[in-house]
Amino acid sequence: MRHGRYRFIIGFLLPGLVLYAVFVISPFVQAFHYSLTNWTGISPDFEYVGLQNFERLLDDSLFLTALKNNVILLVLVPVVTIVLALVFAFLLNVGGSSGTAGIRGIRGNGFYKLAFFMPQVLSVPVIAVIWAVIMDPRPTGLVNSVLRGVGLDRLGWLSDPDLALWCVIWVLVWGSVGFYLVLFNAAMSSIPRDIFEAAALDGATRYVTFARVTVPLLWDTIQTSWVYLAILALDAYALVAVMTVGPGGPDNATQVMALQIAQNGFSFGRAGYASAMGVVLFFLTMLIAAAMLRATRRERIEY
Amino acid sequence: MPHPVPQSRRIFLQRAGVAAVAVAGGSTFLNACASSGGGNEDDNRGERTEDNPFGVVASAPLSVVIFDGGYGDEYAVFHEELYTEKFGDAEITHKAITDIRQQMQPLFNAGNPPDVLDNAGAEAMPISTLADTGQLADLSELFAADAIGFDGMTVEETLNPVAVESAKYADKPLVLNYALQAYGLWYDRALFDEQGWEPAETWTDFLALCEEIKGAGIAPMAHQGKYPYYIQQTLMDLAVKHGGPEVVYAIDSLGPDAWKHPSMLMAAEAIAELKAKGYMLEGTEGLDHIQSQTAWNEGKAAFIPCGSWLENEQKSVAPEGFVTNVAPTPLMDGAVLPFECGRNEAAEAFIVPAKAENVAGGMEFMRLMLSKEGAAEFTKLTAAPSVVNGATEGVELTPGAESAISFIEAGGENNWNYYYAIWYTPLDPLIQTAVGELAAGRISGEEFCQKAQDAADEIASDPNTQKRTRA
Repeated sequence: MRHGRYRFIIGFLLPGLVLYAVFVISPFVQAFHYSLTNWTGISPDFEYVGLQNFERLLDDSLFLTALKNNVILLVLVPVVTIVLALVFAFLLNVGGSSGTAGIRGIRGNGFYKLAFFMPQVLSVPVIAVIWAVIMDPRPTGLVNSVLRGVGLDRLGWLSDPDLALWCVIWVLVWGSVGFYLVLFNAAMSSIPRDIFEAAALDGATRYVTFARVTVPLLWDTIQTSWVYLAILALDAYALVAVMTVGPGGPDNATQVMALQIAQNGFSFGRAGYASAMGVVLFFLTMLIAAAMLRATRRERIEY
Repeated sequence: MPHPVPQSRRIFLQRAGVAAVAVAGGSTFLNACASSGGGNEDDNRGERTEDNPFGVVASAPLSVVIFDGGYGDEYAVFHEELYTEKFGDAEITHKAITDIRQQMQPLFNAGNPPDVLDNAGAEAMPISTLADTGQLADLSELFAADAIGFDGMTVEETLNPVAVESAKYADKPLVLNYALQAYGLWYDRALFDEQGWEPAETWTDFLALCEEIKGAGIAPMAHQGKYPYYIQQTLMDLAVKHGGPEVVYAIDSLGPDAWKHPSMLMAAEAIAELKAKGYMLEGTEGLDHIQSQTAWNEGKAAFIPCGSWLENEQKSVAPEGFVTNVAPTPLMDGAVLPFECGRNEAAEAFIVPAKAENVAGGMEFMRLMLSKEGAAEFTKLTAAPSVVNGATEGVELTPGAESAISFIEAGGENNWNYYYAIWYTPLDPLIQTAVGELAAGRISGEEFCQKAQDAADEIASDPNTQKRTRA
């Protein structure tokens, strides 16, 4: 009987594990392997070059620029997204006027959720194209027309090296807030109402309720979101590739590691070198995810 | 239309999917498992005759893969018909695709590539890497064979010199670049007639014309700033026409201080001047090809730098009465080349893989492409000149194509081309970035030369870069 149960469990696990091994583990292992070679990507022949690819990475100014930009994204995108998503979710959930029925959400809650969630339905290239049009650098561009309307000068947006990365950050945040809003919203709905009511009875202001009750109770969700957003910030490939000048931005202002991987691996015939970049990115991602989970670990609150 | 910037443009919508994977740290694009050799080493050849100089086995199947881009694949279907007329027993597999690399990479790695491949478009494989790794069949036989429809001439003799030059890697012809493209400054003949303007021959006159155009409320110049490749054509043309072909030979050879040549400096300062004097369409440095070319079609800008595919690319956008014409880049003081010449590029890189099953058939297919009949049909179907000289005679042309072809003919021996972007692919985006900064007026001509030179030096010092020389 026991035996049969194991077979039953294995039967369910195996297909998933096989798929995972073939499509996830094996490419990773291969990438590690090729990172030690001078493989071009389009020829069956290659030689082993030891750690030469990794040494070259240290001197590759473009890769270092890309790394720097990814770090900026990594610091800003998760914080801004989570804070905005939390605030909006809180407003939607408990921001409504407290009438006789106690704590309630804002009016039109469903509509706002839908509106915020919209970008999630669009694919990244579509988002990139839409924003590239909105941020048209001509005086007749959408945002520039608005600026002119209020008497300000035209801005170059994505064609301005000082602004381009901020534009990318903005679009990343805009595209993500909706999803995390809905996520936090769902998590908040599962917090028993009476906790909020008790806080209100104790005289807690909305702000105090948010900081002392809501956020601690959502900590697990926030933590997970943080890791996801960090991974998003380390990627940003599609957005940068489609939306920014170059691509990679004016004067490489929006250059990111993933773009360098793609260019080296696909366009330059340097698949071995691109694999080395991939390996670096792999360890960086692991490291950051682990550090983030550790640093933000809290006692789990049961309710 | 076909795109001359394989590495840097339009790549990404298709790649976006791959991106997520590549980025997860694993570069999963390698997963097709690369390195399994094999393939067909021995040449399957039959008897060689005058009609069949490569010894094609009549019954041997032929597989043809065409890049289904701006030129479509109709012309290839016609060439396949020519092949069938000759070898009725041969079964032809025709494949028209846009994602060349994704589909062909595994076949090359596994050693069973097609017999003819049109390695073009944004997803093309890096051709110099293919050449350097010995994956391309030597086309010497083809170049020396009799051309079909040209009495007593060899194939090589019928080709535009740029096709012969661009074919060669380490002195061996390995690539047949089939389409001929000319770069210049494009304008609306109708608008210029109406205003009484005439494209200027010297830089001084050009600046005066720009002033006049600006006075008429039109931006003298637009460019596709999101891809600095385009305005770079004007920059390079100014420099090469001023200093002569040696300027570009040094650049292609990664020569010391090649980008600091006085002619290059002058040209860079000229481009900076256009921006400084307000002759560029406002915001053009952030526009893509569609936005900028459309603005040009709408009469918001007088000139735009581009290649000869422009007219066809804008077919659906150009208003009624718009007459696309090309003007050569003006000459700066002391130029050694004449006004009537410019960069000519042979594009659409057709190759026969060294490991193809039917190498002889692949070469015979190319010979049919280059026959008078085959080349004329290409121009008829695509409104673009091929690299076969004189194959457009009697073909009805649009105004843009006509002006491009007479521009190519007028330039003759003085037309020039650069190769560094194909030879040293990683250098291409670095130079483009510097050009973008120059055209946006954020760096001076001198700073541009320094920046470009630094990039070239970085590539030159890379031990994995295969260096090539031109003289």
